[in-house]
Amino acid sequence: MYAGNGARRRVSGRLFQWLCLAATCTGVAVLAVLLIDVLMDGLPTLSWTFLTNFPSRFPAQSGILSALVGSLWLISLTALFAVPTGVAAAVWLEEYERKGRLSRLIELNISNLAGVPSIIYGLLGLGLFVRWMGLGRSLMSGALTMALLVVPVIIINCREALRAVPRSQREAAYALGATRSQVIWHIILPMAIPGTLTGIILSLSRAIGETAPLITIGALTFIAFLPNSPMDAFTALPIQIFNWVSRPQAGFHAVAASGIIVLLVVLLSMNGVAIWFRDRSRRRLQW
Amino acid sequence: MVRLAPPQMTGDVGGADEALRTDKLNLWYGRFHAVEDITLSVPARRVTALIGPSGCGKSTVLRCFNRMNDLTPEARTTGEVRFQGIDINGPDADPVELRRRIGMVFQKPNPFPKSVYDNVAFGPQINGYRGNMDELVERSLRKAALWDEVKDKLRQSGLALSGGQQQRLCIARALAVEPDVLLMDEPASALDPIATYKIEELMTELKNRYTIIVVTHNMQQASRVSDFTAFLLAGEDRTGRLVEYGPTAEVFTHPKDERTEAYITGRFG
Amino acid sequence: MAGISTSSVQAAAAAAQVGAAPNRSLQTPRARGLRERLIEAPLFAAAFVTILTTAGIVAVLLVETLSFFRVVPLRMFLTDTQWTPLFSDKHYGIIVLLSATMLTSVGAMFVALPLGLLAAIFLSEYASPRVHRVIKPVLEILAGIPTVVYGYFALLFVTPALQRMIPQTAVFNGLSASIVMGFMILPLVSSMSEDAMAAVPRSLREGGYSLGATRFEVATRIVVPSALSGIVAAFILAISRAVGETMIVAIAAGQSPTLALSPLVPIETMTAYIVQVSLGDTPHGSLEYQTIFAVGSTLFLMTLLLNIISQRVLRRFREEYQ
Repeated sequence: MYAGNGARRRVSGRLFQWLCLAATCTGVAVLAVLLIDVLMDGLPTLSWTFLTNFPSRFPAQSGILSALVGSLWLISLTALFAVPTGVAAAVWLEEYERKGRLSRLIELNISNLAGVPSIIYGLLGLGLFVRWMGLGRSLMSGALTMALLVVPVIIINCREALRAVPRSQREAAYALGATRSQVIWHIILPMAIPGTLTGIILSLSRAIGETAPLITIGALTFIAFLPNSPMDAFTALPIQIFNWVSRPQAGFHAVAASGIIVLLVVLLSMNGVAIWFRDRSRRRLQW
Repeated sequence: MVRLAPPQMTGDVGGADEALRTDKLNLWYGRFHAVEDITLSVPARRVTALIGPSGCGKSTVLRCFNRMNDLTPEARTTGEVRFQGIDINGPDADPVELRRRIGMVFQKPNPFPKSVYDNVAFGPQINGYRGNMDELVERSLRKAALWDEVKDKLRQSGLALSGGQQQRLCIARALAVEPDVLLMDEPASALDPIATYKIEELMTELKNRYTIIVVTHNMQQASRVSDFTAFLLAGEDRTGRLVEYGPTAEVFTHPKDERTEAYITGRFG
Repeated sequence: MAGISTSSVQAAAAAAQVGAAPNRSLQTPRARGLRERLIEAPLFAAAFVTILTTAGIVAVLLVETLSFFRVVPLRMFLTDTQWTPLFSDKHYGIIVLLSATMLTSVGAMFVALPLGLLAAIFLSEYASPRVHRVIKPVLEILAGIPTVVYGYFALLFVTPALQRMIPQTAVFNGLSASIVMGFMILPLVSSMSEDAMAAVPRSLREGGYSLGATRFEVATRIVVPSALSGIVAAFILAISRAVGETMIVAIAAGQSPTLALSPLVPIETMTAYIVQVSLGDTPHGSLEYQTIFAVGSTLFLMTLLLNIISQRVLRRFREEYQ
């Protein structure tokens, strides 16, 4: 009663499997090509002087020092604002919320905020910090804008880490007559710290690579000095790279590639640290 | 609707001092009616066992005594639970104060990832104990019959102990805050027979000073350690009700309810 | 010896009570209640910052956009076919920027959609756990690369390659930006689709296999259709990501606001326009300054709508399998 279609079905099955594999490999291949392209363009101009020079009108003398230092300033200030806020908010949502209407509203709001394009945060920063608060195009404006951008991400990641603390530990502490804040402080946070750190670092590494919000708040691109205070003007790695990419001269494109290598190295080391913490937390939560 | 339990079934135990009492206690998880109209009087300085097939609500009832169900957002109770005469769900009653005086030991040993010493010292510390902590830790570990086994490894992690030792560490941890009542939720179910025996022996020692309520699915255990036994059973609606309550010897030898008899003779559950 | 001596119990009985005076009434000590509330307040305030962020976004966009519409009629904004706010002959037809945004986003979906879905099928149905452990993080790296780097790659690698294949390709064009953007959002599509496929109950798959279906038939006729709404949610979210993406289009697609349908000529997306104006020194309060907020509002509404639809679809999908 059945036509023998087994062979044909097997062939189409094989073909489809290869197609799926090919599609997956395309993604991996693009990543490889991108990295090789950047390395080939950027390695020749990557040198110690590149790391220690300020930007210049001449590609050969251009350096990334002010952008690198600016990015470090920016990320430190961002962390200063965003980490306490994000962790505190995550603790409130995870440990205090009583499934009330307000906490549901906040949760919904956070998931929507995580989907808002970063350039919109730039407009917020421009209207709120640069103009309305009069902070100007300073590191402070940039860091506050970035903080608002990463807080939702930190909250989402931190809640994940808090949820990984076994319920039995919470119950044991509550059963001993611990108050909510004692349970959080003595039991939950110590156990959640490695996982929380992973989430925080991953969130901050997103901020390191963000360009659009900084451009929108008007961060200057030609800065030949290092910031001394949060109220100083600044530049950052991605802005400096964008600036070099937009120049017509090929010489600047090579410098841009060198800048990208520096940026990727910074990101890579942050991710490495994050993964190290994650492995540590996995080991600690197992028993 | 078939009512499995006579609604007037009340557990009153004459004679002994009363430590805890529930009156028409009901609990819902969301819309699920978990336990209905539990009325029970728990005598002081005795071991009271809550038995019944799994899902009969015995752990739920236990968790009402120290308001652990408060931690489950969708849980809701009606009726009264009185501890030394005070309504523990009343407006003036604070669950934190309550839990300091009603300790709990859980089904699975759950020591904190801290040292043996810090596990025991945790409760007194957060409750502002100002006495000699070393003495208190030693005393608590002795009461839990663990001192001799751990006195040389107080600084080691509590997680490095064996399962039975971990559970006794949890008992020591609960005793360190000097509670009046000890709630034990199937404390030996995750342990081997020897460790189980030690826990049971310990319960018998501890009842001189403490009121103990133990949830167990093990009837032999209930008959060995408890002075009073309450038998709970869930109906077809999965709602748990109290079927019978009385001195353990009576419940086990002359059960008044045929369902109790069926359960203790192993015919269901 | 594990037992307890009676004497130690008696010693315990004689020992001092824990803590201060025993609280017989179970009342909350006043100091502690206050302390707990003092601790909760800042935590709640931190959570409330997120509400303020949304309120801030809406307020800033609204104020400037309303000022904008006091000068430029909404009708003109919606119907004009030119966008020239920076020239002397000013036109404010958002359709120009919108069409460019749609062009690059749809283009990106042509890359991300098939590749992402196939990759998801591979990871969920074919890959061994070992292969999965290697491939998945690599795809995640793709999502973690800063967009400015992708912009560089689009302008200086993909565009020259395209020019060799299609000589009339301009230096700035929508095609190159679309392709690269497609790879940027590929991991989002693949990982969300894979999650959706993982949620398909085992029993459905086994039912298929027990009828003699091949792995290919189970994947395409059972798993993908069952996971469809989850996959749709992934696609919608991916479109939203593409619409809001800024640096790739700003670098590689150009800054020429033309109503072009060709992917080979320079165009200007909504996000690229905001970047263009931000790079100049536009005085606060000027109409040009307000245009970026009007464009920003349009962008915000579009992405918000797409995100909400995606979440709705995803919620329905989850309810189906729980």
